[in-house]
Amino acid sequence: MTSTLTRAKTGTAPPHRRTKPVRWRGPLIAWLFLAPALLLFLYFKFIPMAMGLWMSFHEVKYITSTWVGLENYQTIISDDAFAAAIRHSVVLALGTTIGSIVLGLGLALLIEGPARYLWFVRTAAFLPVVTTMAAVAEVWRIMFHPADNGMLNTIIGWVGIDPQPWLGSENSSLWSIMLMSIWRGTPYDMMIFLAGLVGVDRTLYEAAAVDGASTWHRLRHITLPALRPVFWILFTLAAIRGLRVFVEVYVLTNGGPNGSSEVLMTLIYKLGFQSNELGVAAAGGIVLFLATLALTVVVQMMRRRQAA
Amino acid sequence: MRFDSALGLESRKGPLAITAKVLIYGLMVVVFTGPLVGLLVSAFSKTLDPTSFTLWPDEFTLENFVQAKDKNVYLYLLNSFVVVGFGLLLQMLVSVFAAYSLARKKFRGMTFVLLLMLATMMLPEEIIAIPLSLVLADLPGLNVNLIGTYAGMILPVGAWGFSILVMTEFMKEVPVELEEAARIDGAGELRIFATIIVPLCRPALGVIGVFGFTMIWDQYLLPLIVAPTSDMWTLPIALRSLRSDEEVGIGVLLAASLLALLPSIIAFLAFQRQFMRGLTSGAVKG
Repeated sequence: MTSTLTRAKTGTAPPHRRTKPVRWRGPLIAWLFLAPALLLFLYFKFIPMAMGLWMSFHEVKYITSTWVGLENYQTIISDDAFAAAIRHSVVLALGTTIGSIVLGLGLALLIEGPARYLWFVRTAAFLPVVTTMAAVAEVWRIMFHPADNGMLNTIIGWVGIDPQPWLGSENSSLWSIMLMSIWRGTPYDMMIFLAGLVGVDRTLYEAAAVDGASTWHRLRHITLPALRPVFWILFTLAAIRGLRVFVEVYVLTNGGPNGSSEVLMTLIYKLGFQSNELGVAAAGGIVLFLATLALTVVVQMMRRRQAA
Repeated sequence: MRFDSALGLESRKGPLAITAKVLIYGLMVVVFTGPLVGLLVSAFSKTLDPTSFTLWPDEFTLENFVQAKDKNVYLYLLNSFVVVGFGLLLQMLVSVFAAYSLARKKFRGMTFVLLLMLATMMLPEEIIAIPLSLVLADLPGLNVNLIGTYAGMILPVGAWGFSILVMTEFMKEVPVELEEAARIDGAGELRIFATIIVPLCRPALGVIGVFGFTMIWDQYLLPLIVAPTSDMWTLPIALRSLRSDEEVGIGVLLAASLLALLPSIIAFLAFQRQFMRGLTSGAVKG
């Protein structure tokens, strides 16, 4: 909103400058080219954000809304469902993030190299990342079928594991969603690690080999330190993405069974669009936003401290 | 000793090493593409069993796709294409315009605008879903209701920070001399923009095109909010209803899922180089 104010100011330059049109024409053109983007952001990002904040302090009805102060936030804090949803969101975000990073790094190391067949494996492995979430989730829902002849149960049967209820049980629903998320998140992390590995100085490897360092030493003292910035980026990105997860859960379980996989976003969605508790839902959105913000700041601080 | 990789696996050529490599790489391909191949095969098979995929094609049939017609799957597909077509066009235009300003102009408030763009990228769109639905129902100051319209699904994806920033980075690379030469020849602002800057950024257009396509195609919460009746549904949000439909069975769901997956996979395979380029530049800049 402030941006439109600044634009108005730049647009109407003081009249005495008209003799030197070059002074204000440049900025005016710049703002004109920016205008479509700023308008769209204003309407579909900043106004909704401000409105969400406003709603979180009100009891929202279609005609009139009444100020209720922090009541919506108190509802959230005292509500067991919200506490459980926050717990589930954090577990899911952390599990998916760590799983994807560890697997992604492992696979990136295994698959690094210029060979043609490696390029093929990389491309094939990357496919899950570009697929439409809703469709992939439907596919996994079928694979998760809890009967003995369900696909995943058949596969784990080959290595002698008993059939699992997967999405059908309160004990395993969240872990099953995590499994699918890791499947989809790993190739992304792998690609980013691969891009980071390209930047590692090859002569260091050679020097280490001359000094008789083992593969493990090479990895531990050359490769991993060089990848440190990549770790932080991936961790931040994935954790934020994990906290706001919606489609996976909505399609696979819709929070069930018995709320065992309810995450913040599915709960907010239900409050907002099904129970019409718009104020509480908006407050939930703000809490999620603050959590994301706090996470980003903490990670940045840890990163700085480690770098110093 | 020469190293092309951290582990130096490529230089290991013994029979044991080769077997291990074939196993590892084979397993990777199977794990990550298996579910997708399973879907592909099953969508073209007479699948009666709702519990499982057919991994081996049995009785090739198009019946699932024929039945899909009765369940409006092609209408949903069309809706998806309308939204992604216009949405992507808008998004690319908006990005190119904004990037021109950010990359080639100097003006007061530029840092602030860049910060705003970054802020929109940090702000998960899921968080604003509830207020966004109210904004869409009554655009402040305009008295327009976008619920139940294509515009409601298109306009909110029109400006995307990622796209703008990637485009800005590319546009900074265009040498200033070209622009100055054109200016001396008397070319106007729009002319310089359209005939010099944009054509030189064609590779970047590929990057933001393919990313924008997958981003818009994958939209879920937005159409869920905007499309109240099934005739407006896009394919991704329609899938759920196909599943819960008792009489349909699993075949139509599989056919529809495949149709929902294919466009972004094709876009990725066709624009792989651009995709990888955008991926690394996006991640490095966070």
